[in-house]
Amino acid sequence: MHTELLGGTPSEPVLLGSECRACGTVSFPRQNACPRCTSTDVTERRLARRGALWSWTIQRFRPKSPPYTGPQEFEPYGVGYIELPGEVRVEARLTESDPEKLRIGMEMELTLIPEATFAFRPLP
Amino acid sequence: MSDEIAIIGLGIHPFGRHPGVSGLEMAAHAARAALADAGLGWDEIDFAAGGSDSAGNADTTVSALGLTGVPFINVKNGCATGGSALITAHAMLNAGSAETALVVGFDKHPPGAFNPLPEEWGIGAWYGESGLMLTTQFFAMKIQRYMAQHGISESTLAKVASKAFENGALNPNAWRRQPLSEEEVLDSKMVNDPLRQYMFCSPGEGAVALVLAKGRPGVYLRSAVFKTRRFGSFEVFSPSIPVEDGISPTAEAAAAAFEHAGIGPDDVDIAQLQDTESGAEVMHLAETGLCQDGEQETLIQSGATRIGGRLPVNSDGGCLANGEPIGASGLRQVHEIVLQLRGQAGERQIPGPARVGFTQVYGAPGVSACTVLST
Repeated sequence: MHTELLGGTPSEPVLLGSECRACGTVSFPRQNACPRCTSTDVTERRLARRGALWSWTIQRFRPKSPPYTGPQEFEPYGVGYIELPGEVRVEARLTESDPEKLRIGMEMELTLIPEATFAFRPLP
Repeated sequence: MSDEIAIIGLGIHPFGRHPGVSGLEMAAHAARAALADAGLGWDEIDFAAGGSDSAGNADTTVSALGLTGVPFINVKNGCATGGSALITAHAMLNAGSAETALVVGFDKHPPGAFNPLPEEWGIGAWYGESGLMLTTQFFAMKIQRYMAQHGISESTLAKVASKAFENGALNPNAWRRQPLSEEEVLDSKMVNDPLRQYMFCSPGEGAVALVLAKGRPGVYLRSAVFKTRRFGSFEVFSPSIPVEDGISPTAEAAAAAFEHAGIGPDDVDIAQLQDTESGAEVMHLAETGLCQDGEQETLIQSGATRIGGRLPVNSDGGCLANGEPIGASGLRQVHEIVLQLRGQAGERQIPGPARVGFTQVYGAPGVSACTVLST
C-alpha cells in the first residue's frame, strides 16, 4: 500500500496533497513547490474523498514489470481522473472495469484495493 | 531572400524492423543520403545536431561519416528529439554561427509498448507499481473526454487509422504497407477504451537526416518552435491535473510557429501531425489551429485529410504506418513535407499546387515542436 500518499482510515482513506499558501493551488501527490506560481510556501492538504469522473479508460493489457507489481494473472482494470471540486483532478485506478458502467460526470468515492493501492469507486 | 534558411538535403533509412542494423548505422545511412541529395560533402557541414531516445549518441556517427571536427550537439527530448535537433540547427544558422548544418534523428526500440520508469520522469515508484505509467492510458483518456465534449465518433477514429495505412501502402519507406479498412480497424481488439489495436502506432526503428543551409534554394524553414507544458494543460504521466484548464504545448508552439513565419493556419496546404494514436491526430488538428474543436468530425468523414483532400494530413502514413522510432519521427514529418513541396512524393504526391506545409510532434512529459515550411 502506498502509505506516503494516504491518510485517514482503511474504511475512510484520504489522499494527501499539498496546497500553496501563496496562490491556493492544490497538487497531488504532495510537492514542495507550487507548479502554478513557483512559491515554495506549501502545506499539506487532505483532499476531498468524493468527486466526479472527468475521464476514464480501461487498461486491457498487463503493464510491463517492472514497474507494475500487480498479479501475474491479469484482469483488466479501470483508470480515470476524478475531479475533486475546487481542488484538483486526481488520476487513480477505478474499482469498475465495465465500460458500460462508467460515464463522465458520475460521482465517485475514494476507497482502497486491498494490498495494492487507492482507487475510486462509483457511488450508487 | 539570401539569408533564408532552406532544407536542401533529405535522407531516410526505411522505417520498420531491421535486425542486425544498429540505430547508429541507420543514422549514418540517412546522413549520407541527405548529403548526397544536397550535393555537399560531410566536410562542408559547419554544424550538426541529432539524437535518439535509446539507440546511442548521435555525435558518434562522426566515426562513420568522417572526423572533420564539426561541432555536433546531442539532443534528447522524447518524441520531440528530432524537432529539438532542427531548432538547434535553425538557431545556429540564424545566429550566423554556421552556413550549413546537418540534423539527424534515429532510434531502435524493442517490440511492445514503451516501458518508462516513473523515477526517470520525476514521479514516485507507486505510479508504476499501481499500473498508471502507460502513455496509452493518457491518450485514451484525453480522446475519451474530447469525444464526449466535441462529438467525435468512433468511426472518425477508425478513419484516421485506415487513412494512415492507405497512405503507408504508397510509401516505400513505411513499415506498415497493407491497407486496412475502417471496418477492419473497428474489429481490432480494444486496448485502452476507446482506442483499439490498429489505432495505435508501435515503437519501431528508422532514421532521418536533413541538410540545412542559409542562402541556398530549397524548401524554406520559415519557423521552428519548441515548448514545454504550462500549468493547466493535460499531459502524459500526470498523477494529477489542475481544475483550471490551460493552453497545451502544441497549441502554444503552433501559434508561435505561425506568428514567426507570418503565415496562418488557413494557408497550410499539407500537414504532418503527431498521431501516436488516432485520437491524437484528431485533437492536434484543432490544437494547431488547422480547424475548430469538433470540426474534425466532418473534415475526416468527408475525406478532406486524405491525399486528394483539401488538407492532406500525414500523407506518408504518419506514426501509425511508419511506427515510432522516437528520435526519428519529428524529422520524418519534415522530410515528407519537403518531398511533397518539391513534388517528389511519387505515388502519394498530393495534387498541387502546394506551397505551405506544417509539422507538429508531441511527446512526454508534455513537449511539442512545430515547424512551418514553404516554397
